Amino acid sequence: MNLFLETLIGGLLAGTMYSLVAIGFVLIYKASGVFNFAQGSMLLFAALTFVTLLEKGLPFAAALAVTIAILILGAILIERTVLRPLANRSPMTLFMATLGLSYVIEGAAQGLMGAQVHALDLGIEDVPIFIGDVLISQFDLVAAATAVTLALVLALLFNNTRIGISLRAVADDTRAALSIGINLNRIWQIVWAVAGIVGLVAGMLWGARQGIQFSLSLVVLKALPVLIIGGFTSIGGAIAGGLIVGAAENLAETYVGPYIGGGITPWFPYFLAIAFLYIRPAGLFGERALERV
Amino acid sequence: MSHVLSQTARLAPTVLPERRFGLRLPLLLLLAFVAVPLLGSDYWLGAILVPFLVLSLAGLGLNLLTGYAGQTSLGSGGFMAVGAFATFGFVVHGGVPLPLAVLFAGLVTAGAGLLFGLPSDRIKGFYLMVSSLAAQFFFEWLFQKFPWFYNYGSSGTITLPRLEAFGYDIGTAVGRYYVTLTVVVLLTWIAVNLVRSQTGRSWMAVRDMDTAAAVIGIRVYRSKVLAFAVSSFYLGVAGALWAFLYLGSASVQSFGISRSFQILFIIIIGGMGSIAGNFIGAAFISLLPLAIDHLAQAFFAGHVDAGLLQNIQKALFGVLIIGFLIKEPDGLARLFRTLGERLSSWPLRF
Repeated sequence: MNLFLETLIGGLLAGTMYSLVAIGFVLIYKASGVFNFAQGSMLLFAALTFVTLLEKGLPFAAALAVTIAILILGAILIERTVLRPLANRSPMTLFMATLGLSYVIEGAAQGLMGAQVHALDLGIEDVPIFIGDVLISQFDLVAAATAVTLALVLALLFNNTRIGISLRAVADDTRAALSIGINLNRIWQIVWAVAGIVGLVAGMLWGARQGIQFSLSLVVLKALPVLIIGGFTSIGGAIAGGLIVGAAENLAETYVGPYIGGGITPWFPYFLAIAFLYIRPAGLFGERALERV
Repeated sequence: MSHVLSQTARLAPTVLPERRFGLRLPLLLLLAFVAVPLLGSDYWLGAILVPFLVLSLAGLGLNLLTGYAGQTSLGSGGFMAVGAFATFGFVVHGGVPLPLAVLFAGLVTAGAGLLFGLPSDRIKGFYLMVSSLAAQFFFEWLFQKFPWFYNYGSSGTITLPRLEAFGYDIGTAVGRYYVTLTVVVLLTWIAVNLVRSQTGRSWMAVRDMDTAAAVIGIRVYRSKVLAFAVSSFYLGVAGALWAFLYLGSASVQSFGISRSFQILFIIIIGGMGSIAGNFIGAAFISLLPLAIDHLAQAFFAGHVDAGLLQNIQKALFGVLIIGFLIKEPDGLARLFRTLGERLSSWPLRF
């Protein structure tokens, strides 16, 4: 029973790390209908910039501020050079453009800042603690708290600020939003910048755990099943999806894995996602598309 | 986002109008079968033309699924792996002669594709694309985890001791080129006819809008699943050719997710829903890195280290992809066609 609880809780907490990556996706998809495959490389770029600045001797807060400034500049640049010329193209074209974008960002990140592994110490001790009889990683707890806080902050921003409300308007009906004078290009810039910052947070947490290196951009592949289970358009869904994927993959690896050779975590979440989609084709919280002829 | 999703169908790639090849096709075949082997060196045949042809074939496979039937997949690499490992299995465990083994492997891959195409009845668009990654990662795991698939070797690689077809040794560069070319020409011919048949027209109807297709009486689910099966057959054969005729010895790493992306890029750059586009896209994808390499060698040799060069190459590749999408969304095939039309009326009218 203890093993079960530990596996379950460990999985749930790890799942929030996936959610963090997935939230960045959801933000961009909601506001622009772009399936942003470059989220993983944005995460790598953000974390790498941050850690490089730290290693150059900048204090923590300054490094954070400079990184965020760079991310905002990057978002404006992406909007001008990629999104604006491709406005009104099919979602598939935009997806492929973000594939190209991920090459550019990865190339730039590693070309400018090198390919070696950087260690990042956030001052969180990775010592497991006992709660009752159950061993829990302290680091995972902090990560989970961060994810939840981030989701709450974003929800507050979306519901209570002018920018947040115009963002929801754009997501709901782009043309109507344009007609009442919402500056679409500005909204895209903001959303990409926010997604970049979310990526930075996720990158710092993932980076503190496994070192900041190229493989960081591959967490995007962990976030995709989370995304389809939760639905592309719901931040709450991203959290719920992350929890489901994290818990299920940990349980499956522990209890089913040994019988079929183990190492099933790369593909298990995808099968889980297909199973979920079979029941709800637009994810748990996704909006169902009406089809008219 | 319903309005955005429903636009997918309307903005789907257009079909390039059919045109008569006239003398051009026989000339092209003559060039490929006679002139190229006479003039080309072993390096050109084995290291540039064979991979180019195999990639074209893989692109063709994905294009049937994505460009014609409208179902996006990121599992191409996984299906190529199935083809390669199944061929190996048939030859090593079953003692089947190579040509027959490749054919069987294609059929096995078609079966696998059919299986992974089953969810397409309820899952659509990006959701389907993401679920196709299930195939990619599952096959990567499968062929790494169970030593039976690579005949219990220590490194997990598959190699055929001797390449032989119908009693001939096809291990030389010229032999490998001829075999690849023959397979590719044959399968391309089948594909050209297939997309103009009722099956192909159903695929295009499904691609353009599956609800509408269902309304006019097309069996949508059947069309989709069939597209998955046919596409996977092509990818399986391409995987077998890639492993044994180009690489010589392959492992799961030869068919990773980057391969899936590469094949997707081929059809984007070449042109969705275009047969010729696959060849143009594959040529572009396989020649571009070489060109960048040569340019870099010429200009920066010694000044820049290899790691940085690789990253510059990567970034440049991304820029080119974005540029293509902005400037020529229908791919190079369309660009070439427009150029051809302008040239044919050039002196009289511009």
